[in-house]
Amino acid sequence: MSTPTGDTPHPPVACETDPAAEAPATGAHAAGTHAAGSPTTQASPAEAPARHRVDRTGEPIVRITKLAKSFGDNEVLTDINGAVHRGEVVCIIGPSGSGKSTLLRCINLLEVPTSGEIIVDGQSMTDPDIDIDAARTRIGMVFQSFNLFSHLSVRENLTVPQRKVLKRSKAEADRVAEHNLERVGLSDKIDASPASLSGGQQQRAAIARALSMDPDVMLFDEPTSALDPELVGDVLNVMRSLADEGMTMIVVTHEMAFARDVADRVVFMADGIVVEEGPAAQVIGDPQQERTREFLHRVLHPTG
Amino acid sequence: MTQDSSPAAETRTSDPSTRPASDPAPPPHVKPGMSKRKKAKISRGIQYAILLIALALVVIAADWGRLAETFLNVDVALDMFPEVITVALKNTLLFTLLGFVLGLALAIVLALMRLSSVGPYRWISAIYIEFFRGLPALVVFLVMGFGLPVAFPGMGLSKLVVIMIALGLVSSAYMAETIRAGIQAVPKGQVEAARSLGMSSSRAMITIVLPQAFRIILPPLTNELILLTKDSSLAYILGSAVGGRELAALARAEIVNSASLTPFIVIALCYLVITIPLSYLSRVLERKFGDVGTKS
Repeated sequence: MSTPTGDTPHPPVACETDPAAEAPATGAHAAGTHAAGSPTTQASPAEAPARHRVDRTGEPIVRITKLAKSFGDNEVLTDINGAVHRGEVVCIIGPSGSGKSTLLRCINLLEVPTSGEIIVDGQSMTDPDIDIDAARTRIGMVFQSFNLFSHLSVRENLTVPQRKVLKRSKAEADRVAEHNLERVGLSDKIDASPASLSGGQQQRAAIARALSMDPDVMLFDEPTSALDPELVGDVLNVMRSLADEGMTMIVVTHEMAFARDVADRVVFMADGIVVEEGPAAQVIGDPQQERTREFLHRVLHPTG
Repeated sequence: MTQDSSPAAETRTSDPSTRPASDPAPPPHVKPGMSKRKKAKISRGIQYAILLIALALVVIAADWGRLAETFLNVDVALDMFPEVITVALKNTLLFTLLGFVLGLALAIVLALMRLSSVGPYRWISAIYIEFFRGLPALVVFLVMGFGLPVAFPGMGLSKLVVIMIALGLVSSAYMAETIRAGIQAVPKGQVEAARSLGMSSSRAMITIVLPQAFRIILPPLTNELILLTKDSSLAYILGSAVGGRELAALARAEIVNSASLTPFIVIALCYLVITIPLSYLSRVLERKFGDVGTKS
């Protein structure tokens, strides 16, 4: 993971950078005086990934305003703001307990925010009068533990939600299911039961299930964290091809190589706040904040 | 071992980090006793001896001649056929089945009420379950058997309906708790996945949670069916016409007629004919579905 694939124009990940040596130069307060302004707005053409150009001028498909979430006295998210545009791939990284999964789960209201607003495709998710079930059909979600329906076959996992929620005909649901299983390379497993699949296959089937609802946005909550190392690649490849097709994706992940290569933007979170965000190459390759550097160093050099 | 005065042990306790890997620990100073195999042999020998003594006592002490005469009177047994099958066994099965269907339906409602976000539903369900679980089935039968016709005189409740209600009320309290546990045993991620796909919470309950919950609780539910089969014998206290007798009622009538306890043996075998296949079914279901809940 720590080995950069090197087909990108920017310098390799900060593997070789000693954060201690660089700390005095930029310092923890560097971002405040950052000459180039907010890193979020400087997606210069040279930095943008080659696969597609994201139009960040229009109305964002996901907008988060002053989001806060507490579990009792425990404040998990504090004043989160952000926007994701159509076709954009945003990776959220950060230490465990930093609130990144909670943030993701707030977007489709699996967690109800304590305050703040979340707008998806012009519709306020936090509005108490919203038809949340209808709104959720446009937001696909992929979980760390796959969560395939264990009593249904792979085919039924993909078709039952389409039929019950979108009221599609059996024939159409089947067609969509077959198409999406083909996208994730599981056509031969359509009549298998989830328990008979490997973790990687289960996760790809779960991605196909989410895609079958034709979502506008896909949320991935640590999709490869529960997988055996040799199965991670298959899932990441599926996600990469989705990104190449222009799917809007918000990905909570620990896969730094994936974030660097695929994400348009990377958001680094710690202790419930956004510490740093910007183009993937910058946040991972040349982090400005001390905490980001520290985290990346620990992730990329686990043994010190 | 820490009391060991050898220098090696001292080094080890004073500074664990300097313990050299090549320094073997001295053998513990325990006297070699019996081998494991020898101990196991002696233990088995004792257990067999106790068993044989107990059997011998029973064989010597019991009066086999009178036992056989009282419990194994072939003429009395043959006399019970075919009614014991065509009427009694049939009625036992019918009562059990009706009671189970009503009980299961009530139990699902009660379990959902127990998990409801509406407070009064939870309280009603909790009170109901505590009440009917705490009462002996016999008391429920008596109260229902004589109370229901008094309470609803115009409805002409048949004995069958009363039995069905009594059995249903008793079994629903137990099954409600089983079903509630089953619902809660379905991994939370299943509901989250269903909700994230746009299913409403009731849709997720019906399509995703309940089918999985029932797979998890099939073995305990089969168990409940076995208990209910035996509880159906309480119907005899309501008294029945000849055609409405189940196994226990038939046995009581036959005992009076024959002055022999053989009918009890016959109906005991009939109960086993029902319950042993159910036990077997329960084990098969457990093997098939028992681990569903632990998989994601």
